[in-house]
Amino acid sequence: MENDNKIILKNVNLWYTDFHALKNISMDIPSHMVTAFIGPSGCGKSTLIKSLNRMNDLIEGCKITGEFLLDGEDIYGQLDVNMLRKRVGMVFQKPNPFPMSIYDNVAYGPRTHGTKSKANLDEIVEKSLKDAAIWEECKDRLKKSALSLSGGQQQRLCIARALSVAPEVLLMDEPTSALDPISTGKIEDLVTELKKDYTIVIVTHNMQQATRISDKTAFFLLGEVIEHAGTEDLFSRPQDQRTENYITGRFG
Amino acid sequence: MSIRTRYERELKEIFDKLVLMCRHIEVAIEKSVRSLTERDAGLAKEVFEAEELVDRMERDIEQACLKILMMEQPVARDFREVSAVLKMITDLERIGDQARDIAEISMQLGSEQYIKKLVHIPQMAVIVIQMVKDGVQSYINRDVELARSLDRTDDKVDELFNLVMSELIELVKKNPEKAEQAAMFIIINKYLERIGDHAVNIGEWVEYAITGSHPKSE
Repeated sequence: MENDNKIILKNVNLWYTDFHALKNISMDIPSHMVTAFIGPSGCGKSTLIKSLNRMNDLIEGCKITGEFLLDGEDIYGQLDVNMLRKRVGMVFQKPNPFPMSIYDNVAYGPRTHGTKSKANLDEIVEKSLKDAAIWEECKDRLKKSALSLSGGQQQRLCIARALSVAPEVLLMDEPTSALDPISTGKIEDLVTELKKDYTIVIVTHNMQQATRISDKTAFFLLGEVIEHAGTEDLFSRPQDQRTENYITGRFG
Repeated sequence: MSIRTRYERELKEIFDKLVLMCRHIEVAIEKSVRSLTERDAGLAKEVFEAEELVDRMERDIEQACLKILMMEQPVARDFREVSAVLKMITDLERIGDQARDIAEISMQLGSEQYIKKLVHIPQMAVIVIQMVKDGVQSYINRDVELARSLDRTDDKVDELFNLVMSELIELVKKNPEKAEQAAMFIIINKYLERIGDHAVNIGEWVEYAITGSHPKSE
């Protein structure tokens, strides 16, 4: 297992027109680890996670400077956006399955990237659903609408969909905030399993979740990264008073 | 400005109980040694009662800490402060047991004449009482220097412990018929020395609560 840095950010700044949303962020995101972004609403953590697979590109007035390196390659350079998103997958806060069958949801990405053979697709769908820990629950109804699944199942389906194109990085923006504790537990177990094969960045408002599943945690405040450290260190002996105030609920 | 008022109120209640538990223990050690020097069985009985009270206080504080851990799921300093209390009360409870054990021996000795005048044992008691007090005060005042000083103070207790041991061995050699009584004093000596060690443990947990590092796990 490699232990180098999958993503390196250097002096990243991002503006939404006049609003300076990310301020001088430099950060290393290590391979095969879970990095959690925490911080109050509006602090820039979702903005940063979205900029890792260029989801801010279409926002009018969005200006980005600094270096975003994925395995040394500039994310905002020569890399094709579609290829980038194949390598850097995203799971959102609310499960967003496509209004099609479970099978087609997972097969959508590989088909888009040119996989035509049914045998290959079958294999990818099964592996992705297994990796997302939902195969057993849906293997007998792959042709049923994805919308018939429960919220927790839908979210795992979305993870399977993200995995189907064999990404290297998985970005998760509050993936369990809309789920009940059982579904949340399943996703958390899954994240811990998936980090063997993927590099994971997760935005969460749930401090306990960050302590349970992440190896590294970055605390954001007003567009800055205040502290970025090993999760155990950050939650047991934070170095910055602002981090301490936030994680202990004394913020403000 | 804090927005965790309920949490802080609960923590303050624990602090108050901890100070009270500490106060009962200081008095118990003092009475246990005085029951020895003054041959006062009444004081020894008071120590027994105090020890039961201390046990109840330990359980009470323990429950309050566990409740905070469950309800508030504290992190960072909050977590360290609550877990430090959970460890400290175990040491305090053990100190209470040792005070009771000294009082028990005091009653066993009855009115039997001592082989020598007690000098160093009361001196040890004065030092360990102050150590226990300093341990809890360093926690309440978040005074890491005071917490760290306990280790040095304990050296004095250890010196007195060794001195008393040598004296008792010499006395037994000269008066073998007093061996049984000397053995009792050896045990008392050991109890007081252990109280010093427990106070050092308390200081170490205070250091952990304040700095995030326990000196023994460095």
